[in-house]
Order: sequence, then structure tokens, then C-alpha cells
Amino acid sequence: MSNVFPKWSNALPLKIIVFIFILAAAIVSGVTYYATPSYTRVGYQPAQPVLYDHSFHVGELGLDCRYCHSAVEESGHANIPAASTCMSCHSTIKTDSPLLEPVRASFASGEPVPWVRVHETPDYVYFNHSVHVNRGVSCVECHGKVNEMEIVTHDQSLSMGWCLDCHRNPEEHIRPVDQVTNLDWVHPGGKKGQIEDGLKFVEEWKINPPQSCSGCHR
Amino acid sequence: MRYVYLVSIVGVIGLIALLGPRGSVTTRPPIEVFPDMDRMPKYHPQAKSAFFADGRTDRLPVEGTIARGTYYEDEYFATGKNGEAFGKGFPIDVDNDAMARGEDRYNIYCSVCHGAAGDGDSMTKKYGMLTVANLVDQRLVDYTDGQLYDVVKNGKGLMLGYADRLSVEDRWNVVLYVRALQRAANGTKDDLTPAKREELGL
Ligand code: HEC
Ligand code: HEC
Ligand code: HEC
Ligand code: HEC
Ligand code: HEC
Repeated sequence: MSNVFPKWSNALPLKIIVFIFILAAAIVSGVTYYATPSYTRVGYQPAQPVLYDHSFHVGELGLDCRYCHSAVEESGHANIPAASTCMSCHSTIKTDSPLLEPVRASFASGEPVPWVRVHETPDYVYFNHSVHVNRGVSCVECHGKVNEMEIVTHDQSLSMGWCLDCHRNPEEHIRPVDQVTNLDWVHPGGKKGQIEDGLKFVEEWKINPPQSCSGCHR
Repeated sequence: MRYVYLVSIVGVIGLIALLGPRGSVTTRPPIEVFPDMDRMPKYHPQAKSAFFADGRTDRLPVEGTIARGTYYEDEYFATGKNGEAFGKGFPIDVDNDAMARGEDRYNIYCSVCHGAAGDGDSMTKKYGMLTVANLVDQRLVDYTDGQLYDVVKNGKGLMLGYADRLSVEDRWNVVLYVRALQRAANGTKDDLTPAKREELGL
């Protein structure tokens, strides 16, 4: 009787098993790297209808975030400004710039400028700006250096693990409330000073960020 | 087997090249890996609506109505006017808290154009906003409090009103702070206590 399988096929099952393990490892590392918000969201920079530039208006002109996002301290939602906010200046500055045409049209008609949302948590998550902003959590912790962005880019993952990282150690992220919109602020005492002062704020303001599910999924 | 490995490695390299590293800038909307209940048919502020004819979830007030909590019994408090004429005096408690709040709001909303000291020297002036009023000018010192309040609320000339961003209380706080700026800019040595005057050698 001749051999149905050649001799080299004896090692084949082992080789296939090794290959499957390597493949599985590659797929697992691929999924952990790519199928998370750190990959899917970070860097998202939609094309906006108006080339509005935060780095110029905030960095150069020195506008405070609240000049435009005026509800951020009182409400859960940080509002995108109405055209009238832009027209406070642009009714005298750059009145014939073609870049500002959608803003002027919106101001005249009352139809909103169709800005594209950048940050959007899933609907089963409860998020509130005012609780964070009034407790010394700066915009920069969650949105990155907006004051240096020409176009707003998604900077942090906004995943559940990311929220909890801060909720477990708030002292590393809390600053005096009057520095919340000063995105360049860092604690003059470095990391050590930050934690020292952070612990003081946590104690004084009785900060207790929710870690239980119902805090954020209500 | 060697070919299987070769093909896999080429495949992986191809995928990595296609997907790029984390954080690369893209205009492609984020993929929702498990889109279970990520988007529910509920309304968010400032979002689109398929139901209303104007396509917005934010509803404008029905004509002839005002929102709860925005009606004020005290006419002077809400408008700065008694009848037709601008009134005088502050309908809020004038204290350190009001002044501090006024300073805070002034520096957010007003100082961009009128300058931190109220003298009209600001960043926007450098970029062509030439007609900004000098708040510490005698012309505005002579304004009554109600008249200043009205400008903050409704705007004047090229300035648009700030009623959408400053609450009634905050507008008065800002007026209070503007009065403090005027006082500071137009002060004379007679405003100092005798002891201070001596200290400064005036
Ligand atoms: C002159 C008005 C203005 C000022 C001042 C301003 N913004 Fe904005 N901001 C806008 C407008 C308009 C948009 C919407 C268009 C866009 O996304 O670029 C926006 C968008 C954003 C977004 C993205 C919102 C989304 O869709 O997810 C963030 C985050 C943001 N701003 C943060 C800030 C921060 C932080 C500051 C202060 C450092 C600031 N902004 C100051 C006008 C302003
Ligand atoms: C405090 C005043 C101020 C406000 C408020 C403001 N801008 Fe500007 N904006 C400026 C100035 C000053 C310039 C620069 C003009 C120049 O380069 O000479 C400018 C430039 C621009 C330009 C570039 C125009 C061009 O032709 O180069 C765009 C676009 C723009 N702004 C959009 C906006 C939008 C949208 C808003 C509202 C969310 C807004 N701005 C609010 C002061 C303002
Ligand atoms: C603790 C984190 C955190 C801080 C601090 C924070 N944001 Fe946000 N921001 C978010 C999240 C999360 C969203 C998405 C909210 C949603 O989907 O409802 C968001 C959304 C926004 C939006 C889009 C509109 C909205 O509310 O959905 C704007 C504008 C904005 N933030 C501006 C600001 C500004 C300005 C500050 C600082 C004064 C700030 N944010 C501070 C986390 C934060
Ligand atoms: C950089 C720090 C930081 C990050 C990031 C952060 N939080 Fe918080 N959060 C806080 C702090 C601090 C408090 C506590 C405020 C207090 O106790 O007054 C808080 C409180 C809350 C509360 C409680 C509100 C209430 O009414 O009691 C909710 C809900 C919440 N956070 C949701 C979120 C969600 C959702 C995210 C992620 C998208 C997030 N937070 C990210 C710091 C953070
Ligand atoms: C600090 C706020 C916070 C707390 C506390 C929290 N979550 Fe979440 N959770 C989030 C956010 C934000 C997301 C959305 C993450 C995303 O979109 O990347 C989320 C997503 C989820 C999801 C959906 C994941 C998916 O991708 O489909 C589940 C399930 C969940 N949370 C369960 C829980 C449970 C169970 C607890 C309690 C042990 C809990 N969460 C506590 C903020 C929180």
C-alpha cells in the first residue's frame, strides 16, 4: 500500500495550531488597538461649514470660552454660539469676507449655521458640563488644547474607562475654578503641587465623582 | 506554510497602513463598534429634528408668551426704565459679591472690545473695531445706571445686546463694575483717605 499522506504532513497539525495562535494574537491586539474609542474617535475632525478658528479667536484675540459657549457653567449642554454672537464683532470686522457668508445668512434669516458635532457621547450616558466646570475640571482635560486648534479635533477618547480614570483620582485634574477656561494653566508646583492642592480641593468642596453605574447611566 | 505566513504578514502590514496609528486626523465620522443603543430617538439640545417643520429640536417661544422664570414684577430691574425714562440706582444688593461677579462677567463678555480697564484699548481695536466706546469717558459717566443697563441688554449703535448671555442680575453686576472702572479712571487725590494721601506724598 502506498502512502496516502506524504511524510511532511505529520508536522502539519502542529504547524496549523501554531499559526492559529499567532493569528489569534494578531487579531486580539488588532482589536484592542483599533476597536476602541481611542482609535475610532480621537483625531476626528469634521469639515465645518465655516472655517472658524479657535486658535485665532481664543489664542490670539484672547476670547474666553464662555464668550461663546456661554451656558457651559449653568447647563449640562455647552451651547454652540448663535450667529448673533459672531456678529457682535463680524458686523464691523471682515464684513465682506466670503468665509463668513453662512454666518451672515444665518444672522439675517434666523436659520442656524449647520455646524457638525465633534464630541458626542452615546445616548445612554448622562454627561453634564456644569458639574465639572464648576468644580475646577478644565475644558483641556476633556477637549485638549482647543486654544491651539485651527479646526476642533476630537482629542480624548471619552470612553467609560477614561471617565472613570478621572473619577477615581480627581485630585490629579482639579484646579482653581477661575482657571478652568485658561487652558494653558498648569500648577506652578508641578505634579506634586497639583496633587497636594487637588486633595485640598477634594476635601474642601466635598468632591465625590460617581463611580457607580447609576451615576452616569441614569 | 511559508506562503501562508507571507500572505498573512503582507495582509497585516496592508491593514496597518490602511488604518494608520491612533489619533490620526480624519474627517470620517467615528465608527460605533457596538452601536447598541448609542443613538436613541430622543431630542438633544441644538440637534436636528425630523418632526418639526423648521428641523430643530430647540423650540422658539410661542408668540405672545414668555418662558417661566423670566417675568419680573419690578420693571426697573428688568428694563432699566421707569415708564419711559431711564432710572437711577441699583435694584440689586450692592456688595462685594456683586462686584466680583460683575468683574468676572465683564472680563468675559466686555473686555474683548472695551478693554480690561474700560478705556476701549483692546485686541479687537487692533483688528479694525475702531468705534468702540470708551466706557470711562465723561459722556458715559453721565449716563444713568438704567441707561447703561439698557445698552448691555439691547446694545447700541454697532454693539449687539448681550441679553442672550447675561442674566438680568448679571447685567446689573456688570453695570456696577463699569461704575467701579469709571471711578478708578477718573479718581482724584481727594478720593484718598488723608492717611493714604500722606503716604503717597500727594
Ligand atoms: C468666538 C466664539 C468661540 C469661542 C470664544 C470658543 N468657541 Fe468653541 N466653538 C465655537 C463654534 C462656532 C464651534 C462650532 C464649530 C466647530 O466645531 O469648530 C465651537 C466648537 C467647540 C467644540 C466642539 C464642539 C463639538 O461639536 O463637539 C469644543 C470642544 C469647543 N468649541 C471648546 C472651546 C473651548 C475650550 C474654548 C475656550 C478655550 C472655546 N471653545 C472658545 C465658538 C467658540
Ligand atoms: C471678539 C470679536 C470676534 C468674535 C466674537 C468673532 N470673531 Fe471671527 N474674527 C475676529 C477678528 C478680529 C478676525 C480677524 C480679522 C483679520 O484677520 O483682520 C476674525 C476672523 C474670522 C474669520 C476669518 C475671516 C477671513 O476672511 O479671514 C472667520 C471665518 C471668523 N472670524 C469666524 C467667526 C465665527 C464663526 C464667529 C462666531 C462663532 C466669530 N468669528 C466670532 C473677531 C471676532
Ligand atoms: C469632564 C469632561 C469635560 C469637560 C471638563 C468639558 N467638556 Fe465639553 N464635552 C464633554 C463631553 C463628554 C461632550 C459630549 C457631550 C454629549 O455628547 O452630550 C462635550 C461636548 C462639548 C460641546 C458640544 C456641545 C455639547 O454640549 O454636547 C462643547 C461646545 C463643549 N463640550 C465645550 C466645552 C467647554 C467650553 C468646556 C470648558 C468650559 C468644556 N466643554 C469642558 C466633556 C467635557
Ligand atoms: C478630568 C476629570 C473628569 C473627567 C474626565 C470626567 N469627570 Fe465626571 N466628574 C468629575 C468630578 C471632579 C466630579 C464631581 C463633582 C462634584 O462632586 O461636585 C464629576 C461628577 C460627575 C457626575 C455627577 C453629576 C451629579 O449630578 O452628581 C457625572 C454624571 C459625571 N461626572 C459624568 C462623567 C462622564 C460621563 C464622563 C466621561 C464622558 C466624565 N464624568 C468625565 C471629574 C471628571
Ligand atoms: C463615569 C461615568 C460612568 C460610570 C460610573 C459608568 N459608566 Fe458605563 N459608560 C460610560 C460612558 C461614557 C460610556 C460610553 C463609552 C463609549 O461610548 O465609548 C459607557 C458605556 C457603557 C456600556 C456600553 C459599552 C458599549 O460599548 O456598548 C455599558 C454596558 C456600561 N457602560 C455599563 C456600565 C456599568 C455596568 C457600570 C457600573 C459598574 C457603569 N457602566 C458605570 C460612563 C460610565
